[in-house]
Amino acid sequence: MVITTAVALLAPLLVIVIVLLLAGGAQPAIRQFGAQFLVSSAWNPVKQQFGAEPFIYGTLVTSILALAMALPVGVGTAVFLAEPSLPRIRGTIGIGVELLAAIPSVVYGIWGLYVFAPWLLMHLSRPISERFGSVPVLAGPARQTSVLTASIVLAVMILPTLAAISREVVRAVPSGLKENSFALGATWWETIWKVILPAARPGIFGATVLAFGRALGETIAVTMLIGNRPQIQTSLFGPAYTLASVIANEFTEATGTLYPAALIELGLILMLVALVVNLIALLLVRSVAGEGATR
Amino acid sequence: MQEKERGSTLAAPTASAQLRTLPGGTETRISIEGVDFYYGRFQALNDIDLKIQDKRITALIGPSGCGKSTLLRILNRMYDLVPGSRAEGRVMFEGENILTARNLLELRQNIGMVFQKPSLFPMSIRDNVGFALRLHGWKKSRVAEAVERSLKDANLWEEVKDRLDAPGVSLSGGQQQRLSIARCLAVQPKVILMDEPASALDPISTLKIEDLMARLVNDYTIVIVTHNMQQASRVADYTAFMLMNPENRAGELVEFAPTVELFQRPRDRRTEDYITGRFG
Repeated sequence: MVITTAVALLAPLLVIVIVLLLAGGAQPAIRQFGAQFLVSSAWNPVKQQFGAEPFIYGTLVTSILALAMALPVGVGTAVFLAEPSLPRIRGTIGIGVELLAAIPSVVYGIWGLYVFAPWLLMHLSRPISERFGSVPVLAGPARQTSVLTASIVLAVMILPTLAAISREVVRAVPSGLKENSFALGATWWETIWKVILPAARPGIFGATVLAFGRALGETIAVTMLIGNRPQIQTSLFGPAYTLASVIANEFTEATGTLYPAALIELGLILMLVALVVNLIALLLVRSVAGEGATR
Repeated sequence: MQEKERGSTLAAPTASAQLRTLPGGTETRISIEGVDFYYGRFQALNDIDLKIQDKRITALIGPSGCGKSTLLRILNRMYDLVPGSRAEGRVMFEGENILTARNLLELRQNIGMVFQKPSLFPMSIRDNVGFALRLHGWKKSRVAEAVERSLKDANLWEEVKDRLDAPGVSLSGGQQQRLSIARCLAVQPKVILMDEPASALDPISTLKIEDLMARLVNDYTIVIVTHNMQQASRVADYTAFMLMNPENRAGELVEFAPTVELFQRPRDRRTEDYITGRFG
């Protein structure tokens, strides 16, 4: 009893210890910049100026875009995979989606860099930015490594998480709901859209948040594809930077006291953002699920 | 046993142990003709002939595995949800063969179904009842009228009229089942199929459902599957007894007769064994 309690307490303790250690390591930067660190967009190691804003921006934008792209595809795949008809195609597609999760992150990065990014630039980014460049979001000059490139590859990377969890959730919806919907004359599409997905919503929401968490922290593939420029610019086709990328890129060259401390503070921010996202999700899922249980 | 003339809606019959007399010459609503049914290679039903009478309650009884639920699910093509299943023969409804019907949505609006479990949708009481109507694009005011009418017809209006926006699943088991009946009534079907509608309910809720059936049969044709013989004898005008053929395990129709006759003077030995409890 005592041992199991101690072991069970280990995980939450570890989280707290990591946060505390990061906070300790970031002390020089926290003392130097205070809250200004969060809203400053300066990042100049030579002049010892550091700010987190571009990285927070880049991290959120790429993650949200990736989620926006992966969610419809993932849920659609899940609905298809949970359907009892078409067993043969279903098996093949199911394995295919799960194998996406087995591809190492760095392979996504190198594929994205050498194959996907040039293709995207030629066929999508450049033509669009040349024609619709007056719209800030689509402004040029378009580059191979950009917010869009990173977001799309990120979307592919979080797709298996979304699809696999959503499939289980959709499968867990009581078959009686489906039967009743059909018996009332609803079509397959109406049944999926009006009955199955609403019933599965809390679980799909949980899957979404897990995927979002993964997207926030994804490092190497994004680092290879996002262009690594600490700036806030609105265009999808321009470069940006994320919290995880800047840490991975600059840690080896960070000298002095302030520079590494600033990087550690970025790590702290990333960790806190991920913690908050997961916590909110947990509470939301619990409240929705609890509501379902008492109903 | 007291017998009572049916036909006037004023004297709404209570379902308790009354067997309605059957004035001759009622219409056949659904005609099941030589129906075989297969799940893959397994034959579940063999050569079923049955005429469902209009505005009467027909009960399908028999031990588990006799195919009574399967037969019920043929009538609104619910078996289409099971991959590899198929039916042969003819099931005539309004001049059309149900088994080859193209427009399943129309068929299922005409032939509604109430399941053993209420399986309410994750939405309010109001939206559960109005579900199919909203799919058909009815205006809000018309849906509201239909919701009220259906809940009244299902004997549930008084209990829920003040909390129509509460989740459907907040109701008790018996209320949920009446809500699922209201949901079915909202599309104004001509035939209502009921698959063990009261088997998960307590005795009082069961009686309420049976009362409701006795009232609904003035306007609807009802086919009910039940494993409860007392229930069949209480509510049904006609009863069909089905049994699994021990040789090929396919369900067969043993005897079909007015309920009083079937229970008091069964013609088949196997029927007699079953209703007197010497079987199953």
